[in-house]
Amino acid sequence: MSLDNANFLVVEDSPTMRQLISFSLKRFKGAKIIEAVDGVDALKKLSGPDRIDLILTDINMPVMDGLKLVSLVRQNAQLKAIPIIIITTEGAEEDRERGLALGANAYISKPIQSSHLIKTISDLLAAA
Amino acid sequence: MSEESKAEKFLELFSKGKEFTEELLKENQRLRYRLAALETESSVGSSRDEVDRLRAEVQQLAEENRHMAQRFREVEEENKDFASRYIEIEEQNNNLANLYVASYQLHSTLDFKEVVQIVQEIIINLVGAESFAILLLDEKTNELKTIASEGGDVMPGVESISTRLGEGVLGQVARTGESYYINQDVEGGRVTIEKPLAAVPLKIKEHVIGLIVIYKLLQQKDAFTAVDYELFSLLAAHAATAIFSSKLYSQSERKLNTIQSFLDLLTTN
Repeated sequence: MSLDNANFLVVEDSPTMRQLISFSLKRFKGAKIIEAVDGVDALKKLSGPDRIDLILTDINMPVMDGLKLVSLVRQNAQLKAIPIIIITTEGAEEDRERGLALGANAYISKPIQSSHLIKTISDLLAAA
Repeated sequence: MSEESKAEKFLELFSKGKEFTEELLKENQRLRYRLAALETESSVGSSRDEVDRLRAEVQQLAEENRHMAQRFREVEEENKDFASRYIEIEEQNNNLANLYVASYQLHSTLDFKEVVQIVQEIIINLVGAESFAILLLDEKTNELKTIASEGGDVMPGVESISTRLGEGVLGQVARTGESYYINQDVEGGRVTIEKPLAAVPLKIKEHVIGLIVIYKLLQQKDAFTAVDYELFSLLAAHAATAIFSSKLYSQSERKLNTIQSFLDLLTTN
């Protein structure tokens, strides 16, 4: 799909990180950024009127964590094709494997490098 | 003249004619050979010219080729230089974005607890620290005390640090206002509560109000990078003003409430 006019769902409980990720996403022309503070909030946004082209989610969040969100999205027939990127402080190899096994398309450890994030998103959207 | 002498004369004339014809044929033959030889000589001469011309052309092309190869190498070097500068600019861009977002967040509120929470988020997400403490200096007692911390499981005691100004590494950083980074080679990299990985003063101009002390980085971050030091100092400066102003604001709010209550008490009586 085109990299322009993509709709992103940023799921992060930290306002600082939400803003930082959103700031990086503004590099995509016409990008629309929808923010959610946890997994439950993300599911609400996913069932809303906006088409979501890519989800970026943290793991450690209150109410519902990112891994549960990934798992639920992959079980939903309408949502399962949406690419998901996990962005987290959990940098251990087993955490990465668990995230990818649940169905995430990419796993990025914090602190994030904006250029790396942009490249990962571009590759996923181009392949979608 | 008799018939016989006429015949002899004719025969003689005929013989001379024959000899003359034979001589002419020989001369013709000789000239043809000569012509052929001259033609061959001329052809060889022109080939030599052609070879010389081609040789000069090849030499010129070789020179051009060498020049092009040299230019190619130069352009390749320039490209490498541009690529590395591009990466450098990307990194700087990333750091500026981080700093912009961090300072924007830090100055977005005057609530002391919220500011401290934002400082913690920045230290975890932007600096990449797993265990750290934020210490504030009590100017009355000259004591540095933990007001917020993270990663007590990996560095026990981080949640209750208390040290005097000028004492130990932390006290010295607070007194001098100079950042401290552990020297892995000299000190063996052994981190303790008193000897952290890094201690950066929270300064407003030269006035130290506290410290950010890092004990352990996230698993995926091996060490501080060159730009981290600068970024860390800039973040600490923003954090200092945000903490200081929010603290003053909450103190003035408290005072205002007290005065208001007092005034209310006076007016009601």
